[in-house]
Amino acid sequence: MDFFERFAVPHPSFLIYGAMVSIGLTMIAIVVGITYFKKWGYLWREWITTVDHKRIGIMYLLTALLMLFRGGVDAIMLRYQLSMPDNKFLESQHYNEIFSTHGVVMILFMAMPFITFFFNYLIPLQIGARDVAFPRLNALSFWLFFMGMGLFNISFIIGGSPDAGWTSYFPLAGNEFSTSVGTNYYMIAIQIAGIGTLITGINFITTILKMRAPGMTLMKMPMFTWSAFIANVIVVFAFPVLTVTLAMGTMDRLFGTNFFTTVNGGMDMLWANLFWVWGHPEVYILILPAFGLYSEIISTFARRNLYGYKSMVASMVAISLLSFLVWAHHFFTMGQGALTNSFFSITTMIIAVPTGVKIFNWLFTLWKGKIEFTTPMLYSMLFIPLFTLGGVTGVMLAMSAADYQYHNTMFLVAHFHNVIIPGVVFAMLAGLTYYWPKMFGFMLNEKLGKWTAWLLSVGFVLAFIPMYITGLDGQARRMYTYSESTGFGMWNMVSFVGAAIMAIAFVLLVYNIYYSIRYSPRDIGSDPWDARSLEWATHTPVPEYNFAITPKAASTQAFWDAKKNGHELFPGKLEKIHMPNNSGWPFIMSCIFFAFGFGMVFSIWPLAIISLIGILGCLTYRSFEKDHGRYISVKEIEETEAKLRGAKK
Amino acid sequence: MKVNNSLPLEYSTEENSLKILGFWIFLGAEIMLFATLFTSYFTLVNRTGDGLTGAEVFEITPVLVETILLLTSSFTIGLGIHAMRLGNKKAMMTFFSITLLLGAGFLGFEVYEFVHYIHEGLTLQTSAFSAILLTTLGTHGLHVTVGFFWGLFILLQIKKRGLTPETANKSFIFSLYWHFLDVVWIFIFSFIYLKGMM
Repeated sequence: MDFFERFAVPHPSFLIYGAMVSIGLTMIAIVVGITYFKKWGYLWREWITTVDHKRIGIMYLLTALLMLFRGGVDAIMLRYQLSMPDNKFLESQHYNEIFSTHGVVMILFMAMPFITFFFNYLIPLQIGARDVAFPRLNALSFWLFFMGMGLFNISFIIGGSPDAGWTSYFPLAGNEFSTSVGTNYYMIAIQIAGIGTLITGINFITTILKMRAPGMTLMKMPMFTWSAFIANVIVVFAFPVLTVTLAMGTMDRLFGTNFFTTVNGGMDMLWANLFWVWGHPEVYILILPAFGLYSEIISTFARRNLYGYKSMVASMVAISLLSFLVWAHHFFTMGQGALTNSFFSITTMIIAVPTGVKIFNWLFTLWKGKIEFTTPMLYSMLFIPLFTLGGVTGVMLAMSAADYQYHNTMFLVAHFHNVIIPGVVFAMLAGLTYYWPKMFGFMLNEKLGKWTAWLLSVGFVLAFIPMYITGLDGQARRMYTYSESTGFGMWNMVSFVGAAIMAIAFVLLVYNIYYSIRYSPRDIGSDPWDARSLEWATHTPVPEYNFAITPKAASTQAFWDAKKNGHELFPGKLEKIHMPNNSGWPFIMSCIFFAFGFGMVFSIWPLAIISLIGILGCLTYRSFEKDHGRYISVKEIEETEAKLRGAKK
Repeated sequence: MKVNNSLPLEYSTEENSLKILGFWIFLGAEIMLFATLFTSYFTLVNRTGDGLTGAEVFEITPVLVETILLLTSSFTIGLGIHAMRLGNKKAMMTFFSITLLLGAGFLGFEVYEFVHYIHEGLTLQTSAFSAILLTTLGTHGLHVTVGFFWGLFILLQIKKRGLTPETANKSFIFSLYWHFLDVVWIFIFSFIYLKGMM
């Protein structure tokens, strides 16, 4: 094979060439733009080398929004292809590639960075800390994640996209049936991003355990911090499983081992088991922080203390334990016998109990509350019924005998979108709207925000409820077309219309951001929602040291107590503050990881070996590096504080 | 940096205690990593295809030597940390050096073992069993290799910078890592080699 031939896309089409040109032009435009406005230095000093949790958070947010649109375009193409029987818009291979990347992008490169954005931005503020426990590692987490994301995304213009589904089951994902380098991209890009996620998990567990404000015992933490803590514990115990699984998959594809093959003792079902031992806890990693955000928002806008704090915590702990005991419900039909299926059926159904407890807690929080329907609250109110519907179909799917009818049909697709969209996506948008003023000092437009929420919900119902119907009728998932005689045509057209409405909602979100940047009032102070927890107690924009004086907490809602009950939040006087130094090494090391990944994907061994040496070199350098951080003097703090108080009015 | 003198040197600053807790959590993740490898090993252990089985290739002598070397190194690094707490830099460096030499000896025998397997016809590609065996042993061996260089760098830093809160912290964390590898080896020894030879 000619050296350059391997980089060609195996099944080119007009759409892919169009994407290549548009990506090329965008890259050129960005580079020219930054050079023209002379922003390279600014970008390097303020963003690329930053170790500030707030800025790293915002970079996660930008990545997540970018990926939301990439995954969204994939989704629209899928729905358009299926909107009519025997549609010729996409061919089968292209369809396979699109649904595979849609899944990976949405779960791992959209939802994960979105929640990590909330972890980064909120946790240190909610617990009254100056930064995370390991700021430098935090930067490394982000850049590793970012490079994994980048590596995955170049697959569709260089070498071909993964095409074996986001679950990448073997033997389909093996060399025999998946001949392009697409699945190599899957194995290696997710591996690199996954290391970043694991480091994030370790970082935030340590932060939450060790860096809480004085007085804030574990049972006095805000609910979002609790949910994030549990999610990160799941990260630390689930992601190593993925690491091993992906490494084994990589070896099967690159070095000809026989872990998951069908010869020489290989066992293809081992992949499915290991994948879901990680994969099922993964969905709780996504949903628990979403629950945390809803708890914050509902309690703020019902103007009431969160109902059932202890039961909220207990139910999340229960969910986190159960999440590791349900993985086989993803393949009830693969013949593991009645006893095994019954066990996993029951564990799956048990999860509905703690989840139900949480739903009732939110309802009781609303009970007798002075409810205010802001955009974040509207999302939360739409979440409760829609998510419950998804939960109920989840219990249907948990029945192993009945699952033989649902398995691999559109019913399943409808179910998991039904829990992920109202559960996670609504929470992300609600949280984004809620915390937008904290980050940028102005609010998003409420009217446009409510339009977005309603359009999204209507679009969601139209897009996914029909899939329950066609799914029960036997429409298989991951099929690129169907014949007219099946009668699925009408329902799929409805789905497409729903997907289009959702697309309009997302465009409206972008317009809302643009509109609010231009027209939103800037004199909103630092507590525009009349909120309850510590993150609202500091200035907007948040100074780099977060709190001039470390706050003191005496309840789950210290800021509310300070406002209403005379709790003294900032006792003591200013002292000099120790802050970490910026560093370019996380970025440089992650770039080398990118080169390593690229070398591995295409089996360019010299590149892979040289970059591996580079990575080890970076680690060695770090071992010998002396970096004691720096101090912000009392004088500087006073100046910053005076300036921020002035801006607040 | 606030130094609290009532605590051992490696815990004496806030940053130090954060790092130790963070490393314990990392070890939790490492336990999951090896647990996944062991689970896969038990699943695939009898799936040898046309290749050799464990009982046919395992040799007790190199495995026993490896075990003795690694277990002793875990003991010597414990002595090293004890010396560090007493503030005896020279003794500590001696014990760390012995630890690393024992680690290198372990790696030498492991390389011999791998060459022996390949010579016998049990390569990475032979069967599902051979792949998981070599991956599990290899992952452990890779950890020891990384640990060897990590320990070497720490030794150099102690030599140059002396026993500071920073170097003491690094040494203590390294000792946790080293003990952990020892624990993993005990599982490998019992459940892969001994069980495989029965």
